[in-house]
Amino acid sequence: MTPMIKEKLITRNLEIENLYKIEIYKKYEGYQALRKALLQMTPEQILEEVKKANLRGRGGAGFPAGLKWGFVPKDIDKPKYLCVNADEGEPGTFKDRFIMTNNPHLLIEGIIITCYCVGIHTAYIYIRGEYEHVAQRLEQAIKEAYKNNYLGESILNTGFSLNLYIHRGAGAYICGEETALLESLEGKRGHPRLKPPFPASVGLYKCPTVINNVETISNIPIIILKGGEWFVKKGLPKDGGTRLFSVSGSVKNPGVYELPTGINLKDIIFNYAGGMKEGKELKAVIPGGLSAPILKAEEIDIPMDCESLMNANSMLGSSAIIVIDNETPIIDVLRIIVNFYAHESCGQCTPCRNGTWWMKNIVKRIFEGNGKVSDIDNLLRIANNIFGKTLCPMGDAASMAVRAILEKFREEIENYIQGKE
Amino acid sequence: MSLKFSPEAEKQIKEIIKHYPEKQSALLPILHLAQKEFGYINEEVENLVAQILDIKPIKVREVVTFYTMFHQKPVGKYHIQVCRNISCSLNGAEDLINYISEKLGIKVGETTPDQKFTLSVVECLGACEHAPCMQINSEYYGNLDKKKIDLILERLNNDTDD
Repeated sequence: MTPMIKEKLITRNLEIENLYKIEIYKKYEGYQALRKALLQMTPEQILEEVKKANLRGRGGAGFPAGLKWGFVPKDIDKPKYLCVNADEGEPGTFKDRFIMTNNPHLLIEGIIITCYCVGIHTAYIYIRGEYEHVAQRLEQAIKEAYKNNYLGESILNTGFSLNLYIHRGAGAYICGEETALLESLEGKRGHPRLKPPFPASVGLYKCPTVINNVETISNIPIIILKGGEWFVKKGLPKDGGTRLFSVSGSVKNPGVYELPTGINLKDIIFNYAGGMKEGKELKAVIPGGLSAPILKAEEIDIPMDCESLMNANSMLGSSAIIVIDNETPIIDVLRIIVNFYAHESCGQCTPCRNGTWWMKNIVKRIFEGNGKVSDIDNLLRIANNIFGKTLCPMGDAASMAVRAILEKFREEIENYIQGKE
Repeated sequence: MSLKFSPEAEKQIKEIIKHYPEKQSALLPILHLAQKEFGYINEEVENLVAQILDIKPIKVREVVTFYTMFHQKPVGKYHIQVCRNISCSLNGAEDLINYISEKLGIKVGETTPDQKFTLSVVECLGACEHAPCMQINSEYYGNLDKKKIDLILERLNNDTDD
């Protein structure tokens, strides 16, 4: 079956060669949304369109961007900041790298419009340290944007000024959590902060701060060009637009697929990503990055949007689909998950720091053939003791991912422990 | 203190500091720069960076020990970092890690005696469509198999420029 071609928003001009260069980008409607926003619209009108678009955050939490911007206090004598979250550490996710490499000006244009709307004059792109080559491409694009007066003093002679800087992380998953990101930007360890206060009122340098994911911001130019109502129709009424699905694992054609929000998961895997690799069968899918609770093969007939996945006790997260085949023992998946969280726990909250460490060691024992069946309930007990008891969502993520595997694949793990495989 | 940044790096540092209203924000970028200049970050480098930013050396130590990309000990000329996370594992990463380890005669975390290669395993590099993948210094390599690894290591091994 050939997949239907769906309308593309973010990746619409991607087949064009050298789109990352400003002169090419400009040939294809590039910076037209910026002109429209700055020359014809008030910040209030922009906010109205973004709200109408029902643009939910693409980083993991799925919070509506328009609401987030609206929380920033208007009349305040402190500077305001935008931090673009390009930390992209959620295992299985690579869509932001895809945008920044192929279409950096789309992100930059979105950043400028966002800053104009919220009244921000300094913005940072916090990019994970490993993406050095991507950061270089962004640096180049930013230089071009300054030369064209899209950044810097009095952009397009409107009197609105904005400086944009790249800030590289240095290898810490936790810095993708928004308040850890702020700490890291301030030159400290990435330790999440207690919320409230939320960054919209007390953020970077204790000033009001907007933090949005790369993909979220990259949707802004088209919302401005076509309007919020048009955008919402490309997805679902409460969850507008398309999504960039990062598909990887045991599929024939791994890659980034831009598809309407709400598209069926089965359809993505078997039509768009070409189905399973030769000779393999589907065992399970992690639908939203490693933190999203696993779905069994029979559970994947499901629309990919925030609400549907929440109702299935999982989450859309970063829309990263990890496809697991029937030859992969579930204990391998569990081991990767607990090793990851034990490695990435920032160490601030005891339940997460100690809980992930214990889970790692118990799973190691099981893996090496020295486990007991009672270890499964022990792991569940530890996971339950992490849940809801940490400052940031990482503890919950570790807990939910582990619980889902233990509950859905209990029999397989019991058999493994008893050597019955 | 005898340790100094090169004039070129000093110029960059001055520029970086201007990006932030508070100096300490420049810590991560300057540590990246320091690692490029000195290879790794020991106490002497920490003190130098602390002095530049006008912060206590302990503030620098806290950051250096938190982020995995900063090295407190020398690493080989080529730092091989193989992803061990899920999409790479589903595509055979574990076998490749063992293969590289045997080929270089070092365990994960070790450096070859000639200081040419260090082997590390890392968490997701964000390039899962090319799984299994690895990073050597700043460069990404994807869709790896044993043959491809042979070619890459051979090329790096023959490289004599220093």
